[in-house]
Amino acid sequence: MARLIARRFVGALAVVASVIVVTFFLTRALPADPAVYFAGIGGTKEAIAAMRVKLGLDRGLLTQFFVYVRALAEGDLGHSLTTGHPVLDDLARRLPASMELTITALALAAIVGLPAGIAAAIRPNSWLDHLIRLVATFGVAIPTFFMGLMLLHVFYFVLGWAPPPLGRLGSFAVPPPHVTGFYLIDSLLSGDLSTFFAAIAQLALPALTLALFAVAPLARATRAAMIEVLGSDFVRTARAIPLSRAKTLFIYALGNAMLPVLTTIGMVFSFLLGANVLVEKVFGWPGVGSYAIDALIAADYAPVQGFVLLIAILYILLNLFIDIAVIIADPRAAGV
Amino acid sequence: MEFARHLPYMQPRAGSGSLILIVALGLVGVVAPWIAPQDPLATNVAVALKPPSSIHWFGTDAVGRDVFSRVLIATRLDLSIAATAVALAFIVGAAAGTISGYFGGWIDAAIGRLTDTIMAFPLFVLAMGIVAAAGNTVANIVYATAIINIPTYIRVARAEVLVRRDAPFIQAARLVGNGPPRVLAFHLFPNVLPPLVVQASLNMSYAILNAAGLSFIGLGVRPPTPEWGIMVADGAAFIISGEWWVWLFPGLVLTGAVLAFNIAGDGLRDFFDPQKR
Amino acid sequence: MMSEIGAIEPLLEIEGLCVNIASRRGNVAAVRNVSLSVAPGEILGVVGESGSGKSVTALAVIGILPAAACVAQGRVRFAGRALDLTGRHGGDRDGLAIIFQNPRAALNPIRPVGRQLVDALRVHSSLSMGQATARAVELLKQVRIREPVRRFWSYPFELSGGMCQRVMIAIALACEPRLLIADEPTTGLDVTTQKAIIDLIVALAARRGMATVLITHDLALAGERCSRLAVMQGGQVVEIGATAEVLSRPREPYTRSLIAATPRADQGARPPESRTLGGLVPKPLLLVEGLCRDYRLRNAGGTAARAWARLSHPGEARRIDIVRAVDNVTFRLSAGESVGLVGESGSGKSTLAALIVRLIDPSAGSILFRGKDIGAIRARDAARAPHRREIQMVFQDPSASLNPRHTAFAAIAEPIRRLGPLAGNRQLDIVVRELAEMVELAPALLTRLPHQLSGGEKARVGIARAIALRPSLLVLDEPTASLDVRVQAVILDLLAKLRSEFELTYLFVSHDLAVVRRICDRVLVMRAGCIVESGMTEQLLSAPTHPYTKELVAAIPHAVVSREHCHTAPTG
Repeated sequence: MARLIARRFVGALAVVASVIVVTFFLTRALPADPAVYFAGIGGTKEAIAAMRVKLGLDRGLLTQFFVYVRALAEGDLGHSLTTGHPVLDDLARRLPASMELTITALALAAIVGLPAGIAAAIRPNSWLDHLIRLVATFGVAIPTFFMGLMLLHVFYFVLGWAPPPLGRLGSFAVPPPHVTGFYLIDSLLSGDLSTFFAAIAQLALPALTLALFAVAPLARATRAAMIEVLGSDFVRTARAIPLSRAKTLFIYALGNAMLPVLTTIGMVFSFLLGANVLVEKVFGWPGVGSYAIDALIAADYAPVQGFVLLIAILYILLNLFIDIAVIIADPRAAGV
Repeated sequence: MEFARHLPYMQPRAGSGSLILIVALGLVGVVAPWIAPQDPLATNVAVALKPPSSIHWFGTDAVGRDVFSRVLIATRLDLSIAATAVALAFIVGAAAGTISGYFGGWIDAAIGRLTDTIMAFPLFVLAMGIVAAAGNTVANIVYATAIINIPTYIRVARAEVLVRRDAPFIQAARLVGNGPPRVLAFHLFPNVLPPLVVQASLNMSYAILNAAGLSFIGLGVRPPTPEWGIMVADGAAFIISGEWWVWLFPGLVLTGAVLAFNIAGDGLRDFFDPQKR
Repeated sequence: MMSEIGAIEPLLEIEGLCVNIASRRGNVAAVRNVSLSVAPGEILGVVGESGSGKSVTALAVIGILPAAACVAQGRVRFAGRALDLTGRHGGDRDGLAIIFQNPRAALNPIRPVGRQLVDALRVHSSLSMGQATARAVELLKQVRIREPVRRFWSYPFELSGGMCQRVMIAIALACEPRLLIADEPTTGLDVTTQKAIIDLIVALAARRGMATVLITHDLALAGERCSRLAVMQGGQVVEIGATAEVLSRPREPYTRSLIAATPRADQGARPPESRTLGGLVPKPLLLVEGLCRDYRLRNAGGTAARAWARLSHPGEARRIDIVRAVDNVTFRLSAGESVGLVGESGSGKSTLAALIVRLIDPSAGSILFRGKDIGAIRARDAARAPHRREIQMVFQDPSASLNPRHTAFAAIAEPIRRLGPLAGNRQLDIVVRELAEMVELAPALLTRLPHQLSGGEKARVGIARAIALRPSLLVLDEPTASLDVRVQAVILDLLAKLRSEFELTYLFVSHDLAVVRRICDRVLVMRAGCIVESGMTEQLLSAPTHPYTKELVAAIPHAVVSREHCHTAPTG
């Protein structure tokens, strides 16, 4: 098993390598002079010229690539024209906001979607099953940004339950002392309950929007996997023995159904990372997604490239994690 | 054509309903310029931000343009972007996947590496990156959407080919005198095609969502061109002040189109399953 | 065998059972008014073809019918108690156990088999974990699994089919059954393994005084092991009685046709059709010398393959990288002969067939057809080679060997279109219809797609396609294995007829010696890639020399029809 996991690691590294190649080409395909972006604000003619030499723009493509990789290794992703900071700093500062949003949404989606899928599979063609399938079909069809707007309209404008979409804490609260960067956790750690509730209030709608987007594929995948497993021969054996209903359902059936569902979670996470960008825009959430969008509109390209690379690496890491989880969970994958 | 043989057996079901909707959308896209009641680009600040009325069925936007007409006109842009992207991705992806699955070896490894690389990026993010790098034009939106959809077709085509490559009926085809090219073209591919077509229909909905999402964040389509995503973005500015019609109607039509293609895709899947005929 | 009907209270009593299954075409009566009884300790055989309702009856008794099925009427009493037939999760069935076909699929693939056994034990007794584990190991020993302590932790994919079935039996025993229902327990297993499993079941039944219901499609098997037989067709019990009675004096026409169709080991073999003229041995049509075929096992997903290799080559080195599927095989076929190629799974017979038909290339050795080395032409290029018309194949699974999008007509016409001299569409139409007639396929069926044809009809299409070009050599890879026994008999007769009409040479690959006996003059026995014995059918079956052949012959079920078992009671 260890050997297989090691091979997955190496495979992931290989993918990271190709990703870096792609982002390199993306930076070189910019409509304007990359040196300008990497020099930052207040780049004088001399500074820009010096940056050109540093980036190797006067030399061959391969040299440029090595320069690029070395810069990456040093953590140099260039400078943002709009904020004036190194891109890496900006991303590091804003990443926790995006992660808090995405992880909360994924957790919500899983808590609702998985049991819903199981319930639908246990009673196929019941009203519950039809309801869940209907919600799933619509959930996948409604664009995230549209869903966000609808939720805002209903819960903020009409009902007044939700706070205005002004970021992670609204106008009045102060961020808790920084431990993880996740306001929910940090405020609990410092015992500041009012901040905690303010953070939840602001997080609620954006997380709900994202979660609704993720619930549909999760519920569908769980339902499909459970239906298949419940119709399998070994579940029939479990019923024949007869093992208790709980054991049959949770250990025998669910245990096997989880394997394809794990893979679906990986895919859903990929969608979430993309949809994250849209939700951040709608709700003014100060994460890496809105950072990249603002930069993009302002023709400030270094942050965008940095953002793309960062997200890709996150996604590769997550898939690696899921691959390893499947290897551990499924004895057939690991082999003898 | 074989398709015609089965027309009498198609029963009215959700699948057929969505097909009708898609055809309707297509028609709207074609005739929109003639049936739109107002000029989608005509601004009239005097009637800006008016709610739906008998003159302006969907209300007016911030500069007084008729939302209904703009939604109609936007149909052709959105559908053609999505259709072109899907067609490109389909042709390239199906070919690459079939070859990859059938011949294996280094071709398979190379195409696999390419697919993995593209799929390593969350697709919307990659589209952002491509459009950012290549320039903010509609053509690039199409190419970006095509590129991020190619891996899906490669994967589906390759998987379907692998399942069937050593199947007895393929062996039988070889025995009766079909060389590899004929086996690939006349025996393997016709059986691989249906899942690909199902995928294409589902992909259409994804492509529409993608294009709308990109224009929502300001990429690709520029004002004043009417496009569903950009219209929702325009309307987003009024979420706090409550002029809901500016973003709701484009969003609803967008959702409807996506839903139609999803259901059609599911219906196609059933249609092509030879067991169910 | 004790079957004093009426004197002892029956252990299991089924009365007027009716089960309906909801399908796309409406409600189908899968079981119609079935009444059966099983006395304590007896072995009842329930025999029928597919669709006869025998499995559905078993599922209804155990209470695990699928959601689409429901019991419409009837009662079942077990040990004097009426059973609740409405539940879907078999409950309150103390003393009843069941084992299924395809044992590996019937076990949880991601749970060690010992843990599954312990799960079953703890349901039926109040043992602690430790006690249950010990008892589980003991049960594994009872079902004759070697190294039970090690195998406790094995996963189903690491075990052979026979071992998985033994584990299933152990799970059944954990329920302390007074009655065991065995639903096709040996179908799909190797012939020698089949015998071992049935022996085990019978021995356990005798030792525990356990009654058994043996459900099978194999009349010979049921006839050999059961004291009473019930014959089912179309959801009904057509005939029931003492085995000897039913087999020697069948009352119903269906039973008679079933008996006639069952290939029996004691049936006299056909005399070989001798084609030698006055002692001259004709030049061989096919001469295979030193043929070898190796497969390289890839490391990456090769776990199942490696596990399999380890099982089929026990005792060999740990790192098995190359599997020799065909090992130095030499034999010849003369024109007009019908030669059987017999072996169990993993013997290499299918690989050998694929080599001869030139679907794959040999790693070493030669294949001479009419004196020309056809092995030299790569399989890739074989499509247009001159020998392509002469050597054809009939495949095992008629469903999988027909293109699902081609009609029967298109399938039969294709070889003629590709390789035959064609004189236009009208000519093609005539030729295809002629072929259909030869294989007794109704012309109306020619426009149908494969999924609209029955198993037998699909088999006929496959045969028509294979003989369309009048080949000299026809390789048949288990052509009747997936067919019901009566359909099998008809197809075998058809094959015999075609062979004499067109002077074909057959290489008939099969795992079933009884089938081979009906149609082959000569037999080659294969094991682990080698031919271990060859000889004339009758001789080989009556007096085998190689120990493996002896095992195979001994494993054929002998239906008890001979005179000594007939009662002298007057017949009706």
